[in-house]
Amino acid sequence: MSKKIILKVGMGPCGIAAGAQVIFDELDVLIKNFNNIKIDYTSCNGFCHLEPLIETTINGKTLIFANLLPEKLLFLLENINKRTILSKEIMVIEKETKLKGQNRIVLENCGIINPDRINDYLEKEGYEALKNILLNNKTAEQIIDIVKRSGLRGRGGAGFSTGTKWEFARKSLDEQKYVICNADEGDPGAFMDRAVMEGDPHRVLEGLIISGYAIGANTGYIYCRAEYPLAIKRLKQAIADAEIANFLGDNILDSAFSFKVIIKEGAGAFVCGEETALIASIEGQRGLPRIKPPFPATKGLWGKPTNINNVETLANIPWIIRKGAESFNSLGTEKSKGTKVFSLAGKINNAGLIEVEMGISLRKILYEIGGGSSTTKSIKAVQLGGPSGGCIPVELFDTVVDYESLMSTGAIVGSGGMVVVDEDNCMVDLAKYFLQFIQSESCGKCTFCRIGTKRMLEILTRMTDGKASLEDLSKLKRLAQNIGVASLCALGKTAPNPVMTTLRYFEKEYLEHINKKKCSTGSCKALMIYIIDEEKCIGCTKCAKNCPVNTISGILKKPHFINQEKCIKCGKCEEVCPVEAISKS
Amino acid sequence: MSNKVRSIKQIIKEFGVEESSAIQILQAIQHDYGYISKEQMQEVCKNSSIKENKIYGIATFYSQFKLAPTGENLIRVCKGTACHVRGADNLLEVINEELHIGIGETTTDNKFTLETVACLGCCSLAPVIMINNKVYGKLTGDKLKVILRKM
Repeated sequence: MSKKIILKVGMGPCGIAAGAQVIFDELDVLIKNFNNIKIDYTSCNGFCHLEPLIETTINGKTLIFANLLPEKLLFLLENINKRTILSKEIMVIEKETKLKGQNRIVLENCGIINPDRINDYLEKEGYEALKNILLNNKTAEQIIDIVKRSGLRGRGGAGFSTGTKWEFARKSLDEQKYVICNADEGDPGAFMDRAVMEGDPHRVLEGLIISGYAIGANTGYIYCRAEYPLAIKRLKQAIADAEIANFLGDNILDSAFSFKVIIKEGAGAFVCGEETALIASIEGQRGLPRIKPPFPATKGLWGKPTNINNVETLANIPWIIRKGAESFNSLGTEKSKGTKVFSLAGKINNAGLIEVEMGISLRKILYEIGGGSSTTKSIKAVQLGGPSGGCIPVELFDTVVDYESLMSTGAIVGSGGMVVVDEDNCMVDLAKYFLQFIQSESCGKCTFCRIGTKRMLEILTRMTDGKASLEDLSKLKRLAQNIGVASLCALGKTAPNPVMTTLRYFEKEYLEHINKKKCSTGSCKALMIYIIDEEKCIGCTKCAKNCPVNTISGILKKPHFINQEKCIKCGKCEEVCPVEAISKS
Repeated sequence: MSNKVRSIKQIIKEFGVEESSAIQILQAIQHDYGYISKEQMQEVCKNSSIKENKIYGIATFYSQFKLAPTGENLIRVCKGTACHVRGADNLLEVINEELHIGIGETTTDNKFTLETVACLGCCSLAPVIMINNKVYGKLTGDKLKVILRKM
């Protein structure tokens, strides 16, 4: 039998949203006439901007057929081996070129294996790390030592040494201990953890099982956002298959170690990403954080010693155990080892997921891997780490990605969301956006976060409405400092970061809003008007006809005017004007 | 809403009468009935050891729980950072213009409810919205109008 070509449709949520299900169903019908071709599916391979896509290997080369349309599929199947002909109608990309500059550890299987088949994972050395530990009777201390030496630090944002964290929980003596995988990826603009859970769920499980073994826990929880139904479904499937294969359950691989995993669905609260709030939520309470210490390592879930790691942190573990601490700590910078997954979004060409070695510069990530701005305007800044993070301006794009370097700019590595903004985006508006988010997500327990962020938001709203004074600016700074110091948990402590960093690098924009009541990007609608250039206007009446509130008047072939009082600033007139006579001011 | 609707007592039996089951019980009620009513919460408390103030506190704390029924179609506009910088606010305005509803509101004919969501995780398709379970990406105001009018 000749070797079959396997077409793998990328079926992550991004792919499905872009139309991958239609592609899959259509292929499923067409394929019956092609004996040499098989179809399968995989999850997100990170090239979100190419969705819907198919990945396949032909003559030893891995190819991606990108931005597919259902009507081109028959053509694709008929000419599958004729690349020159294919390229005329379909975007064909060699995967290797897309991976340039990347180094994939956590994502090594994502977009390659079928996440619903345990055998696919086993073929990629899956569960080898666990087998290695249990069959060779490695002690918990040996495992902790490897993780410590690897230099792995928490990928959820704080960057604490994973091995040291495990050691604390190991040394807390108690019959009952727990491990928790924090999969409550709440930062808007971040979707790394989701992609790993959906694309390689067994990897997360294996990491969690090993962490349980290392600290001496017999139960693990995965606390996953309810907004990720596909991740939950695939994890449940993975747990069921791992139980059958005896990687989970009693006496795993005939050892004395028993371990079970329970999935807990979050109910939509950003604060539950904080360790102690997450624990409260698993216990069935409102997700309110509490003061630390005691740390979860001594007093966590149900009052028992508990270790909590983020999805990406755990997904690194099997690789580290398989390849050794040295393979991992030879990557990266002096204090930040290994790789980091980032999600690129916003005004960037190659939006999607990337995994890069620590120490790479932001410039390389954004321009070489990310392909630069996706608009006609140039990139102004990148927002890192979501509502807890900060904005780094283009002047600082030579900053390298590691915990300490990014912290020195006022931003953080955070969970790994990178949102690119261009010259059309207003930084005051962006700061306001994050404050709105924090305000609605503040749990309300401590005054600084509950009321302080509200006052900050009010000031920022006055600024974007053109009603702020210079006194507001100094108040804003004072509030930001105090909230950062006195809030109870990390959500509040880091809440001022987006304001602090935009103030630090874009104070000019704040001053423009205050002194000139102007927003030169045109983002703040209250400060912007549309005007018709009398010289350019040809009086075609298109704008007047399309205005939803009938506020444009004028006679045919004579310049038109906008009644500013009634204008809702929807921009429709600018859009339809054939001679570009209408602009924002 | 699910086809198989469990009674409150069945749900409690499935998840347990302890206070720690409260979230799961509420999730199950919402899954089966589409939302959680005051009466259902009271019934839960009558048949379990969960106190009324506790269950109400939990139901109002988590944004997942809906305490009022939603319209036939649920529109969720993504307010993630990527969508924000690519114009999610414009989409909200278009919906307001077309359907005359703001965030959290339902049209008078009960056809649409509008909500926002922190992030749908399809950032490369920003700005996106979700209507029921279908995601619509790379939207503009005009594209959205076409979609809404078709419905």
